[in-house]
Amino acid sequence: MYFFGAGLFVTSLAVRTDVLSSLAVGMTAFGFVLHSAVLHTLLFGTGHVALSSLFDVMVFFSWGLILTFLIVEYANRIPVLGSFVLPLAVLALIVAATVRQDLQVLEPVLSNIWLHVVMTVSGTIAFALAFVASIMYLLQERLLKSRRFIPMYYKLPPLDFLDNLNGKSILLGFPLLTLGIVAGAVWANFASGSYWNWDPKQISTALTWLFYLIVVLGRVMVGWRAKHAAYLTIIGFGGVLVTFANVG
Amino acid sequence: MHIVTAGLNHKTAPIQIREGLAISNGDLSDALASLKTLPAVEETMLLSTCNRVELYAVAKDVDAAIKELRQFLMQRNPASAPEQLTQHLYFLSDDDAVRHLFRVASSLDSMVMGEPQILGQFKDAMEAAVSQGCTGVVLNKVLKKAISVAKRVRTDTPIGEQAVSVSYAAVELAKKFFQNLADHSVMLVGAGEMGELAGRHLVNHGVTRVMVTTRNFQRAVAFAKQFKGTPIPFETFKQEMLGADIVICSTGSPHAIITTQDMLKVVRARQNRPLCIIDIAVPRDVEDDVRDIDGVYLFNIDDLQQIVAVNMEERQKAAMTAEIIVQEEVVTMMAWMKTLETVPTIIALKKRGEEIRQGELEKVLARLPGLSGPEREIVEGLASSIVNKLLHRPLVTLKEEAANANGTMYVDATRRLFSLDEDSTTDR
Repeated sequence: MYFFGAGLFVTSLAVRTDVLSSLAVGMTAFGFVLHSAVLHTLLFGTGHVALSSLFDVMVFFSWGLILTFLIVEYANRIPVLGSFVLPLAVLALIVAATVRQDLQVLEPVLSNIWLHVVMTVSGTIAFALAFVASIMYLLQERLLKSRRFIPMYYKLPPLDFLDNLNGKSILLGFPLLTLGIVAGAVWANFASGSYWNWDPKQISTALTWLFYLIVVLGRVMVGWRAKHAAYLTIIGFGGVLVTFANVG
Repeated sequence: MHIVTAGLNHKTAPIQIREGLAISNGDLSDALASLKTLPAVEETMLLSTCNRVELYAVAKDVDAAIKELRQFLMQRNPASAPEQLTQHLYFLSDDDAVRHLFRVASSLDSMVMGEPQILGQFKDAMEAAVSQGCTGVVLNKVLKKAISVAKRVRTDTPIGEQAVSVSYAAVELAKKFFQNLADHSVMLVGAGEMGELAGRHLVNHGVTRVMVTTRNFQRAVAFAKQFKGTPIPFETFKQEMLGADIVICSTGSPHAIITTQDMLKVVRARQNRPLCIIDIAVPRDVEDDVRDIDGVYLFNIDDLQQIVAVNMEERQKAAMTAEIIVQEEVVTMMAWMKTLETVPTIIALKKRGEEIRQGELEKVLARLPGLSGPEREIVEGLASSIVNKLLHRPLVTLKEEAANANGTMYVDATRRLFSLDEDSTTDR
C-alpha cells in the first residue's frame, strides 16, 4: 500500500493537478491502519521482547514516520511532503524485510531497552522529518534561484515554512535523542556493567549528538537558518544513518 | 416555453458599440420596465457590464421574442444605424441560450477567462430583475442554476486559482518565500504603475509593513500614505533593505540603481534571511549579477510573464473541464424545460377525464331517480375509479417520458388520442 502510495506521490510531483496526491494520501492512511495492526502484533503478540531487534525498530520507525507525516499533512495540507517521506518509510521497511531473521532473545532483565529505543527512534523520526524538509528546501531554493516554474515549484511549500519545519523538528528531536542516549547508557550499565564501552555505535552516536548540539545552538544563538541549516541537517542525518548501520 | 438570449459582447462588438448600448445602474429599472411590456416576452433579465450587454428571456414564440428584443436594443442605441448594430448582435435560443447563460456566469465567456467579478455582476442583474418582478418560475430556475454552475466550475476546476496578471504574479512569487505575508515587510522602490499594483495586491494579501522610497521624497510621502506605509529617503533606502523581505522595483531610471556591491553589503547583515527582489522596471533597476548572490532571489518582468504564461495554459486546461461541467448542466436544465411542456397536457387530460365523469354521471343518475344514498355513492365511485384507472398509465408515462428525446411525441400523441385540442375551453 505504501509502495503504491509512494509511487503516486512521486508521480504527482510532475503534474499540476492535486488528484494524484489526494489519492496517495488516502492510500497512505489506509496503509497506516494495516501497519498499525502489524506493529501491534509485533509488540504484544510474538512473545519475544518488544523492540529488541532491528526488524522491530525499523517497523516502528517507519510507522512513526508515517504517523508524523499524516499529522503534519493534516495540519498544514501539504501532501507534497509525502513525495519525500514515503520513499524514506518504504526504504526503512525494505531494510526491515532484509533483516527479518535475526530475532535475538534477550534476558528478561534487559527488557527495559524499550525506553531507550522509543526515545531514540522518536528523535530519529524528528530528524528524518528535518532531513526531508531540508531536501525540499534546497530543491525549492534551486527552482526559485534558477526561475524554473515547473509543476514541482507549484507543489512545494514556501521556503520559510520548510525552514521552520526543519528548525522545529530538530529542536524537538534533540531532547528526545538526548533522553534516548541517557536511557541507553543506563541500559548499557545493566547489560555490560559500564555506561560507556568505546564501541563504534556509541562513538558515532556521541558524534551525531554533538553535531546536532552545534546545529541547535547555531540556530538558536547565531541565526543559522535557511540554506546553511538545510545542508547541516542533511549531514546530521547522514550521521544518524551511520549510527543505525552500526546498530545493525 | 423557450429560453432566448440576445445581445453583444467583447468578441462581437468593439468598445464604441458596447458603450453606446451599455445600461448604467440608474437606467436599469427603466430598461427593465420597458422590457416587461414586450408582448412576446414572458420573463426577462438584463445584464450590462463593460464587456457585454445581454438580454435573457422566456418566451412561447422564439421568433417573435427575438424580433422584439432586437427592436428593444435598436431603440436603446439610436446613435448607430440599425443595420450597423445588427451585425454585432447575436440571438440564441433553447439549449444554446442556456449554455451561453451558464458560460457567462461561469466566466468562461469573459475577456479574462476565470475572472471572478462576472458572477457578482450577474447576481446583481438577477436581483434587479427579480425585485422588479421581471422574472418568473422558469427564468428564476435557470438563473439560480447558472449561479450554482458557476460555483461548481470554481470549486471543481482550478480556473480562477492562479495569477494571470504580472502584478498578481508578484504576489504568487512572494508566497513561495513566505507562508504568512503578514509577518513580512515589503519595500517599494519607485512609484511605477506596476509597482503600485503589485504593492496593492501584497497589502490585500496581508502585508502590513510597507516601506516606500522614490527619488523625490515628497512623492514617497504621498505614495506611502496610500499603503499606510513609511516613506524612506532615497539616499538611505539601501541600508533599510535590511528590514525588508520583499523588494519591488519600478523606477523610471535609465540604468541599474541597485548594484551587486550594494546587495553584498545588505546580504552580509541579513544573517541568511532570504530576500526576494522583484524588478518590474524596464530598463531594469537591478544589476543582473545580483542573482548570483547567495540568499538573494531576483526576478524580472520576463520571469513574471513566464509565470503568467504558464498559469494561462493551466486556465485553458481548466476551461476544458469547465465546458464539460456546463454541458452536463445544460442537459439537465433542458430536461427540466421539457417537463414543462407536458404540464399543460397533463392538466388538460385530467380535466377531460373529469368532464367525462361528470357528464356520464349526470345522465345515469337522471335515469335512476330512486337510488338510496349508499347506492348513489357506489355509482359515483364506479365512475371515478374507471376514469382514474384509465388515465393513470397515460399520466405516468407522460411524466416519465417528458425529459426524454421523444417526449414531445408522447405529448402530441396524447393530445390527439384524447382530442385535447378540439375543445378550445380545455386547452392550456
